[in-house]
Amino acid sequence: MPGPGGPGGPRGGRPMQKPKNASATVKRIFKYLSEYHALLVIVVLAIILSSLAGVIGTSYMRSIIDVYLEPMVTEGYSSTLMSGFIGTLLKMAAVYLTGAVCTYLSARLMLQVSTKALYRIRVDMFTHMESLPIRYFDTHTHGELMSRYTNDIDTLRELLSNSMTTLISSSITVAAVFIMMVIYSWQLTLLLVFLLAAMLLVVRFFGSRSGKLFREQQAALGRVNGYIEEMMDGVKVVKVFCHEEKSEEEFEKLNDALCHAATQANTYANTMMPIMANLTNIHYAVTAVVGAILAIKNVISLGTVVAFLQYVRNFSQPVSQISQQVNSILNALAGAERVFNLIDETPEVNDGYVTLVNAHKDADGTLHECKEHTGVWAWKHPHKADGTVTYTEVQGRVEFDNVVFGYTPEKIVLNGISLYAQPGQKIAFVGSTGAGKTTITNLINRFYDVPDGKIRYDGININKIDKKALRQSLSMVLQDTHLFTGTVADNIRYGKLDATDEEIYRAAKLANADFFISHLPNGYDTMLTSDGANLSQGQRQLIAIARAAVADPPVLILDEATSSIDTRTESLIEKGMDSLMEGRTTFVIAHRLSTVRNSDAIMVLEHGQIIERGNHETLIAQKGKYYQLYTGMFELS
Amino acid sequence: MIKKLASCVGEYKKYAIATPIIMLGEAIMEILLPLIMANMIDYGIQDKNIAYTVKMGLLMILCTLISLSCGAGGGICASKAAMGFAKNLRSKLFHKVQTFSFANVDKFSTASLVTRLTTDVTNTQNAFQMMIRMAIRAPAMMIGAAIMAIRINPSLSSIFIVVIPILGVCLYLIMSRAHPRFGIMMEKYDALNTSVQENLTGIRVVKAFVREEHENKKFDASADAVRKAQLRAEKLVILNSPVMQLCMYGCILAVLWFGGNMVINGTFQIGKLSSFISYVTQTLMSLMMLSMVIMMITISMASIRRICEVLDEEPVIREDAHPVEEVKDGSIEFSNVSFSYAGDSNNLTLQHINLSIASGETIGVIGGTGSAKSTLVQLIPRLYDIQSGSIKVGGVDVRKYDKEVLRNAVSMVLQKNVLFSGTIRDNLRWGNENATDEEIIEACKAADAYEFIQSFPYGLDTDLGQGGVNVSGGQKQRLCIARALLKKPKIIILDDSTSAVDTATDARIRAALRRDLKGTTTLIIAQRITSVQDADKVIVLNDGMVDDFGTPAELMERNEIYREVYTQQQKGAKE
Repeated sequence: MPGPGGPGGPRGGRPMQKPKNASATVKRIFKYLSEYHALLVIVVLAIILSSLAGVIGTSYMRSIIDVYLEPMVTEGYSSTLMSGFIGTLLKMAAVYLTGAVCTYLSARLMLQVSTKALYRIRVDMFTHMESLPIRYFDTHTHGELMSRYTNDIDTLRELLSNSMTTLISSSITVAAVFIMMVIYSWQLTLLLVFLLAAMLLVVRFFGSRSGKLFREQQAALGRVNGYIEEMMDGVKVVKVFCHEEKSEEEFEKLNDALCHAATQANTYANTMMPIMANLTNIHYAVTAVVGAILAIKNVISLGTVVAFLQYVRNFSQPVSQISQQVNSILNALAGAERVFNLIDETPEVNDGYVTLVNAHKDADGTLHECKEHTGVWAWKHPHKADGTVTYTEVQGRVEFDNVVFGYTPEKIVLNGISLYAQPGQKIAFVGSTGAGKTTITNLINRFYDVPDGKIRYDGININKIDKKALRQSLSMVLQDTHLFTGTVADNIRYGKLDATDEEIYRAAKLANADFFISHLPNGYDTMLTSDGANLSQGQRQLIAIARAAVADPPVLILDEATSSIDTRTESLIEKGMDSLMEGRTTFVIAHRLSTVRNSDAIMVLEHGQIIERGNHETLIAQKGKYYQLYTGMFELS
Repeated sequence: MIKKLASCVGEYKKYAIATPIIMLGEAIMEILLPLIMANMIDYGIQDKNIAYTVKMGLLMILCTLISLSCGAGGGICASKAAMGFAKNLRSKLFHKVQTFSFANVDKFSTASLVTRLTTDVTNTQNAFQMMIRMAIRAPAMMIGAAIMAIRINPSLSSIFIVVIPILGVCLYLIMSRAHPRFGIMMEKYDALNTSVQENLTGIRVVKAFVREEHENKKFDASADAVRKAQLRAEKLVILNSPVMQLCMYGCILAVLWFGGNMVINGTFQIGKLSSFISYVTQTLMSLMMLSMVIMMITISMASIRRICEVLDEEPVIREDAHPVEEVKDGSIEFSNVSFSYAGDSNNLTLQHINLSIASGETIGVIGGTGSAKSTLVQLIPRLYDIQSGSIKVGGVDVRKYDKEVLRNAVSMVLQKNVLFSGTIRDNLRWGNENATDEEIIEACKAADAYEFIQSFPYGLDTDLGQGGVNVSGGQKQRLCIARALLKKPKIIILDDSTSAVDTATDARIRAALRRDLKGTTTLIIAQRITSVQDADKVIVLNDGMVDDFGTPAELMERNEIYREVYTQQQKGAKE
């Protein structure tokens, strides 16, 4: 669920956020660029050349006027001067051409480098995200994570493709112009001090205020976007309760607050630019007057003043460009920092060394590892101490030994769970909401690690098993079904990527999904979008079951897998489910009696403890909690 | 399309009009400044005339101050106009969505509505601000600077006739080609975001099937597609500045050559040469600026189109001109009702439904997955309009009622239900704004929610967080029932609303409803046979048609589907 300012977050007008550790962040950004070292050097050289071309061109222009045209006006036409004039013009053309080519070259190469770097940052971030533990996703909202892929990467893109080149070229121009100014007249250059001081004052005055106002705008925008998300998500409830006017009223309040904050923030930003630009104009006027006085007093020559004034004009543009970039650079650094924070999160610990291999069994029962798929799986268990390797057949024996667990240390969810599932048994968990049923299944596949007690799989402590191998040996149908963008077939194939079409049809038939799938517009090739929104809840569950079936694992976990499937359909798929469970250890969580009735053992959970266990008949006979849960209505009526 | 958006400027019209006018002041000053500078050099400094130099300097500062105030004033007006515009646009969209029927909402999907109200509005706002600030200023500067140049030297100005078309054509070619490429880039970008979003919601599936590698590969492919698309689009845009530079440099060289020759021949003053060059530069820069504005508007065109789609959507459900203001009782009658979500009479979801339910009856609804149970009940509060037949509530066709009156009388607990951020009390008051605490507690007790609410440290004041994240599935369902009960409706519909609560709690809720809601017609959709077993009558739906309608005892006798479900679920329980 995307939070405030999530995917739909703002592009323009971001607040001035100060990065915490700018130099380290800059270093890391450069690390992503470092692969293109040679290219970057060319980029910088090209930028320098293109900036210099502008400056040099201006100086040629001066010399054309002063050295060639001026004398020809006063002293008449001279062929030497004329050829000098043409020569300088040609030189100027060459310089300008080089400048334009360099401008293109630097932009083109930078584009190449920056898009590649962005691509790598995105991939790094995603790959790392995939490796994070479930707990991380529990504690961060989707909106928060999404905004790193959208807002934060956007600021980086702006930095790499725009700000950086502008900054380099502006700085070079400023430096070059400054040098020329000093060469022409250090006295007049001194006046720059006043300009720079004034600019600094303006930046400081506006910077700190607009920073605060922009943050307020962001917060207001976050609230508005959050409210929009919530109301759009619940729009049907709004309508059922005729709450339209009420929600509009509330929206108007938030919207007005946003409008107010945004107007204020943008007023500052919009005012700063003309002030900066016009400061340079005032500086020009002052310099001109002072220059004229100096020229009259013969401190400097007339030509110098004129040339100097030309440089003053050249000075203003890059200076205001730099001041425009400051905001977006700080923003980008703050964004990059958030991106790197995600990349720095500790990934899921996977120190298991027992792996899953294909094996074939000899007549005497010994296992041999082999490459091809045999239908027999074995745990490959290397022993560090003596360097030997043992193989254990994967059978699906699962054992809980006094397991204690809580999502947070303060709140224990499971308290002293012990249970034993023989290969091929069907174990059901029942109990009221919040009793800890789903938690047990989350521990078997190590979504969470157990601090206390042991879970063994075929006699091996699951902490020793490589997580990937462990999860491959289990197939889960989760309470909330999630489908991915792609065809129906793709979604079923998710259970086994190399499954043939034949296998997919078989799995779908097993789950009784074949019937409705073949009625979809394009059958198995029907595209599913936005989490399969075009399917009913029950149909989605059927696809999820087919997905688990195609994976063909020794252990199956069904967490409310049929809650939205009506009993008739459930009874239709019962045969399929039975053959699916045949020979597999199956853990079932369900509210519905018909789903759990034929289990080998039923565990009744309450407050994180198993309070009753046995098969259906014995539990009914016991007339305990189980009896109450399922027959409660008979007593009441 | 533009007209529709323009109406959103509304009360901020004065700012929107003032902005370009004020900006015009800035533009004029910026055109005058080089002239003053030139005069300052030619007559002040060259002639060593301090008084004139100072005079010009002061004039320049005056112009600068005017320019500054115009620039700042324009900026202030622009931000008022743009932010106000965005506010009105957002309001208009939000209001529009509120008038939507379920069918309209289904058409857009909620995720896309959110994007349209957030990102697309922001894009449009930025384009709008850019437009009012630059749309007059840039052409005015261009024309002004060109006029100045022509005034200085008309024949030399013929350079424009050559350069401006060349630059214009080049910019046009670049922009027109870049625009569709940016469209493609945005699409790839959307696909990338979808892939991230899916991995966030489905992370457990990804991990359970050990598909991290697979997802990484998929993401890698879409990230690469974004990279390529961005490269392809921006490759063109970066041509802008070299092309611009070439034109400008070419102009300067041409002016120096032709102007230089004029100077040598004595037909042009040397001092005017550099101011001529600066006007030429200014003209071309303004052209460039104008092309940027056009570029930005074309890019945001996609957002504008998406916004207009929402604004143009016609709410499917229209109210009667003289609506009936009171629902007499809770009787329901379906006569020969047919319905299709797509409005397609060849693909009917419900066919020829005939039902008659008396006020105060408790009715169960059972049927297979996809048998249109939810569809059937959603027609009663007129969440969708039917294709043919009629539905009467309290003896009056639902289309004759005022929508609010009808929906207040028909309370519905949706299958996919939502709680909102705020406290439990805030959420329950959706049912009745003025509910007293006693009424709230009473409703909670009936929904079997009071006990767990009391176990929370803050009771009714417990904050639920966005989407009701702090309560479990079963607790959420019970709160939703309590919310619906607070309406004190004539008809209450529970659409599989107790699927996450255990049988015993479910039974307690039903018993409480029977006790407290005497005289209220109750419809219960359920998967569990026990949930409908004590109903007065049960509707058995099969494939969009009523298979049977009768008392549980009758159905047990004669209906095969009912009997099958019953025996399926009760096997074992009665031993």
